Amino acid sequence: MELIETVFVRNSLLVAFAVVGATLWISYLVADKFTHGRIHGSAIAITLGLLAAYFGGKFTGGNNGVADLTLLGGIGLMGGGMMRDFAIVATAFGVKISELKKAGLAGVISIFAGVIVSFFVGALVAVAYGYSDPVAITTIGAGAATYIVGPVTGSALGASSEIIALSVAAGLVKSILVMIGTPIVARFIGLNNPQSAMVFGGLMGTTSGVAAGLAATDPKLVPYGAMTATFYTGLGCLLGPSILFFIIRAIV
Amino acid sequence: MVVYGVALLSACLVVGMLIGEALGVLLQVEANVGGVGIAMLFLVIASNSARFKSLIEGASGRGIEFWSAMYIPIVVAMAARQNVVAAFEGGMLAIVAGVAAVIVSFALVPLLSKIGDKNSDENTNTNNEVDA
Repeated sequence: MELIETVFVRNSLLVAFAVVGATLWISYLVADKFTHGRIHGSAIAITLGLLAAYFGGKFTGGNNGVADLTLLGGIGLMGGGMMRDFAIVATAFGVKISELKKAGLAGVISIFAGVIVSFFVGALVAVAYGYSDPVAITTIGAGAATYIVGPVTGSALGASSEIIALSVAAGLVKSILVMIGTPIVARFIGLNNPQSAMVFGGLMGTTSGVAAGLAATDPKLVPYGAMTATFYTGLGCLLGPSILFFIIRAIV
Repeated sequence: MVVYGVALLSACLVVGMLIGEALGVLLQVEANVGGVGIAMLFLVIASNSARFKSLIEGASGRGIEFWSAMYIPIVVAMAARQNVVAAFEGGMLAIVAGVAAVIVSFALVPLLSKIGDKNSDENTNTNNEVDA
């Protein structure tokens, strides 16, 4: 056992490649044999990943899902921010400039609309749950934007750690739901071309959610959605503790 | 050489991230503002430009394509390291806020995509006029 642990820990990234590869193989097999391709193999793999993260988190009590298990530590590196961003940028290879220009304006509008709409929806829910402190309402609203905007806004405004944790949880729920829900609703919201993918990325904003959701819908759309989504968190961190907070404070 | 493509990709990301961080400092927000998006723009420009031909064609291009193809496995690993437990244990408020934000945002996709359509139509019209 110790022998296995030593080898696995020393070669953690390689273990991760092998485990993820096996997961994808099984997922594509299931997608092919049992759903006849109706559900994308990557959607199944991502769902399996989330399930594993849930049980990993339950088992270890850590924050990094399955990556907190000693034997699967490499998943943390493989699925970490650096590799994610590297692979996302690589998907832009071969993207046509003309496609970007076509949706440029709608893309920019969607980023603003996305931050503002998610913020106010989250803020309304906070009010519905009985919160009346503008700092708490703003922080929870910001969390409904992304799980980064929430804590950044909360700490800028001096929100309690309890509220900040709540805002992170709201952002996580959003991100996970986008991962799972996107392939299901794609048909109904016209998510099948570069333009709508850019609008989608801007509206959703959660880079992880958009990245996984589009991968499970149509990998060709990934670069377009990811491009706008990566501006969302920055804009949210800009608007959250400033204009949006002032608006909430004026209303409450 | 394969590594040329990988190097170009890495350089795009690092420079994009630097600009994103600098924007964050300029705007006084504690976040990277669009670093990845800017990096993607660099790669799009490079891959559409003749000057970078030697870095994007043949073996060099395969170095970039490899990482592009590794995207889904990396996303699966990313899903497996999310704090799913915290999302579920945040209570009903967190779940309702997250779900409501997603539903409203989903619903806005077709509306805002129409702006894109109209915009592109106008563009083609003006282009036609210029051509004429």
